[in-house]
Amino acid sequence: MSEAKRSVLHIPDAYFEPADSNLLAKQERTARPSISFYQDGWRRLKKNKAAVISLYILIVIVFIAVASIWFTPRDPNLQHVPHANLPPLIPGMDINGWNGYAKVADKWVNKYEQAQVPEGVYYYFGTDAFGRDLLSRILAGTRVSLLIAVLAALFDLLIGIAYGLISGWKGGKTDIFMQRILEIIAGVPTLVVVILMLLIFKPGIVSIVVALALTGWLTMARVVRAQTLKLKEQEYILAARTLGVSSWNIAIKHLIPNLSGIIIIQTMFTIPSAIFFEAFLSFIGIGMRAPDASLGTLLNEGYKTFRFLPHLMWLPAAVLCLIMISFNLLADGLRDAFDPKMKN
Amino acid sequence: MTFFKFILKRLAFMLATLFLISTITFLLMNFLPGSPYQNEEKLTPVQRQMMNEKYGLDKPAGERYLIYLSGLAKGDLGISLQFGNQPVSKLLSSRIGPSIQLGLQAMLLGTVAGIILGTISAMYQNSFIDTFASLSAIIGRSIPNFIFAVLLQLVFAVSLKWLPIALWDDGFRSTILPTLALAIAPMADAARFIRTEMIEVLNSDYAELAKAKGQSKVRIAFVHGLRNALIPLITIIGPMTVGLMTGSLVVENIFAIPGIGEQFVKSIVTNDYATIMSVTLLYSVLLVVIILIVDILYGLIDPRIRLAGAKQ
Repeated sequence: MSEAKRSVLHIPDAYFEPADSNLLAKQERTARPSISFYQDGWRRLKKNKAAVISLYILIVIVFIAVASIWFTPRDPNLQHVPHANLPPLIPGMDINGWNGYAKVADKWVNKYEQAQVPEGVYYYFGTDAFGRDLLSRILAGTRVSLLIAVLAALFDLLIGIAYGLISGWKGGKTDIFMQRILEIIAGVPTLVVVILMLLIFKPGIVSIVVALALTGWLTMARVVRAQTLKLKEQEYILAARTLGVSSWNIAIKHLIPNLSGIIIIQTMFTIPSAIFFEAFLSFIGIGMRAPDASLGTLLNEGYKTFRFLPHLMWLPAAVLCLIMISFNLLADGLRDAFDPKMKN
Repeated sequence: MTFFKFILKRLAFMLATLFLISTITFLLMNFLPGSPYQNEEKLTPVQRQMMNEKYGLDKPAGERYLIYLSGLAKGDLGISLQFGNQPVSKLLSSRIGPSIQLGLQAMLLGTVAGIILGTISAMYQNSFIDTFASLSAIIGRSIPNFIFAVLLQLVFAVSLKWLPIALWDDGFRSTILPTLALAIAPMADAARFIRTEMIEVLNSDYAELAKAKGQSKVRIAFVHGLRNALIPLITIIGPMTVGLMTGSLVVENIFAIPGIGEQFVKSIVTNDYATIMSVTLLYSVLLVVIILIVDILYGLIDPRIRLAGAKQ
């Protein structure tokens, strides 16, 4: 055996070093921490300034609305006729229209002096024709609008997801049958259903919520069904089925988490439309009934006198617009953040 | 031939929907609280009995349902007991003109403005102009049309005194403000829709080719791109119509326009059964027919849809 060959066969021990037992783990290690679906969505949402600001505004509005259950400036339905039709008065503000002065025949007049309101009594947003405090009424109205929106969204979720999941998952004849029913219902304008419901039940929160629940779930059911049809062909669903997981568990553990993105988006679009519908119905006088305040009834009352007592119309209108714009901006932001198609 | 089948199927669905709606409205109207007569408390039992006999309200519900259906088939919508005992068909036909004019004007204005806004938005994607246009579309979608209507009244009628504040008696001039108020929602919808479509179209190969040929940006967007971006817009005509119907209720009320929407609200408040049922049906027929037309149009324009429809 030649010397060279020997040296190849006999590699000195010093040339070796013990293998790293964690080598595999190191090679497989991902450089960045893994991000869950929600973290990813949240990260995208944070980049959208308008959506983040809207989110904060909504948190503040919801907080104030909830807090006003216990801390309301005055009873929203308490009438005090001597103090009727007072303009807003905010202590320390010296802008006409906010300092207790109102325009009467082109002259600014101190309404609080005229009504002999005692010193130290302020109505921040003024009062209505019965002397009820507008700020308290707006707070109560906001609460009603938000409550209706949340309830409508909840029913939308329950009925829409269940219908869509069953229709998409079962497929075949069940799917065709359920879709035909859905098509027929979709032919009825929402407005018609809402108005018919209001006629049967007594006008109020319940009838508005029922009406919105009856019509609102259609879009959700369609979206969920379409997505379920796609998802059920995926390998992980097949694996779960092969392992004998029940349909119910597949729906809860596999389908719904994967549907959550579109569900969130869809819900966020339901909420502003529910708020709009309540305001709309109350504005034309077939929604909430007096004396209960909602943003729609306040607008309805304010509209009748908006030339002479503009604050009664514009303040509730401003609150309603703020809520609507915030929800729509947030919904748009969430859609961009969670919709897989929007990812670059 | 498949296309013919497709239309037949859609027609069958349309009839099923209409039958369902007419039955539901009939049932609901029968269980409504309240009475269809004015000053009901002043009527003696005998008078009420006579009234019920005169208007056929003493018959059992099943028989009335059949009478109602056969009346519908003949175009007889019943008699409005609250508005001068005139036939509902006459009452509504005198009011349908302003509603249709207002709806068409608003749809035309809203769509055209929305298309222009959306196209410009897509042309300058992610620029200042785009942000501005998208933001105004969101605001247009968010501000309820009744608030917008009051705002218009205040600015253009009360302060500037350019246009009449309400009523329908000054020809075209009195239609401007209500049209604007009603057009804002379709505009916002169309703008958002066209923007998405247009961005896709402008990134396509043929848009690149047009650019390579040295065509101007405006020409590429409005001449080459718009035609293709417009096709999917047909699908939102249905939802848009629904929006306009809803909007017309409140806009017609605010501007005191003698249209269907204003009559509908009046009828609801006064329990005028026959009119409520008729307007409900009218709205449903309108929506169902428009959905049918949209489906057929779409099938004609885009043969792929037709094939997919036939395969199902």
